[in-house]
Amino acid sequence: MGQPHDLGNIIDEHPFFKGIDSGLRDLLVGCAANERFEVGEFLAREGRPADKFYLLRAGQVAVEVDVPGKQPVVLETMGEGEVLGWSWVVPPYVSTFDCRAATLVRALSFDGKCLRAKMENDPALGYEVLRRFVPMMGHRLASARLQILDLYGPSVAKAVKSKKKAG
Amino acid sequence: MTAPIPDPMLPRPFRIEKVRRDLSDTFTMELVPAEGGEFTFAAGQFNMLYVFGVGEVPISISGDPGDRSVLVHTTRAVGAVTKALDALKAGEVVGVRGPYGTPWPVEAAFGHDLVFVAGGVGLAPLRPAIYQAMANRERFGRVVVFYGARTPEDILFKRELERWRGRFDMSVHVTVDRATGKWSGNVGVVTNLVAKGGFDPSATMAFVCGPEVMMRYSAAALEKRGVARPSIYMSMERNMKCGCGLCGHCQWGPHFVCKDGPVFRYDRIADLLSIREL
Repeated sequence: MGQPHDLGNIIDEHPFFKGIDSGLRDLLVGCAANERFEVGEFLAREGRPADKFYLLRAGQVAVEVDVPGKQPVVLETMGEGEVLGWSWVVPPYVSTFDCRAATLVRALSFDGKCLRAKMENDPALGYEVLRRFVPMMGHRLASARLQILDLYGPSVAKAVKSKKKAG
Repeated sequence: MTAPIPDPMLPRPFRIEKVRRDLSDTFTMELVPAEGGEFTFAAGQFNMLYVFGVGEVPISISGDPGDRSVLVHTTRAVGAVTKALDALKAGEVVGVRGPYGTPWPVEAAFGHDLVFVAGGVGLAPLRPAIYQAMANRERFGRVVVFYGARTPEDILFKRELERWRGRFDMSVHVTVDRATGKWSGNVGVVTNLVAKGGFDPSATMAFVCGPEVMMRYSAAALEKRGVARPSIYMSMERNMKCGCGLCGHCQWGPHFVCKDGPVFRYDRIADLLSIREL
């Protein structure tokens, strides 16, 4: 009985599920497992079933895309206190990027299929989980948009001017 | 007999002591008064630097306000004047008017956690405030620096950041938008670092400097963490001519950036930031 209690504590202490109702938390525990990844191990692979998501407890994960003939491009790094993966909740439940342990990583993983089934049966749990995932997804989208702006490069005005001159 | 009031439009000649290339397009100059004497300024202020025969440009001071013997400017060569500055060598002379503008309120932050959020060359105008804070380290709670750059090769003051990170009394977090080479640090926007916290939002003052878009989103991230708007300051940038509130060239809504800024309290400018026409 020790392990579920421990997992419950870990869920309670992780910022992503901070303040969750204890009854709903217990439902989550049934789909959770402690995991550890050595440097270079993958937590998710692009194009493969997204059957898990992770509450990161320690270490750093690189979210990256493989570029044939070149080094993989790291799009973002994530670490302690963050949640990794949402493809498990969006059909067809396939991972969009590679997620590689950049350091030793400790995480709590959740079985997506198990959790989806519980969310279908218990709308309160479904709402609670999605209520936490949606802002995170919005935040990640905003961050990705900012990242592609190339904020620190030459000013946009300058780039437009040079383009006009070239034209 | 009273001393004559210095003409604010008259540049003082400063000799370039040293030039250091920081990045491919960014350099730091150390200047000393050609006629002797000292130079005092407050962290966050700027000077109008005059390249004779080319023009003047406002550049933030990036050196230590505690060191009056040398004036330090870090500049990115992007326009005619800054490119001309970049071409100057040690021993040559430039004109200096200043210091102008409002400073970072470092002393008002005594007793608080102090958070610096910098992006790109925006670290340069913040560096004097970091020096001042570290010279008065015991007067602050946590001191945290969040810094974002385009790539690992674009990290400004890299050695200094490493040195600061090695201290036990300050936290330094660096991220890049695009990882290259053997970079094993954070990848992502600087606002992601702010979101992770590491400071007490209810007792924090935050100084933000970088591209305007980055500052807007950094302020939003700080607010989301619980930092109150009046506790957030940012340094604005606009084209300037006189630098001292006479010409109106840098007017921004009801403010002259040269005189009422460049450092503004966020709650006083938040609405202006969203007006495209300004």
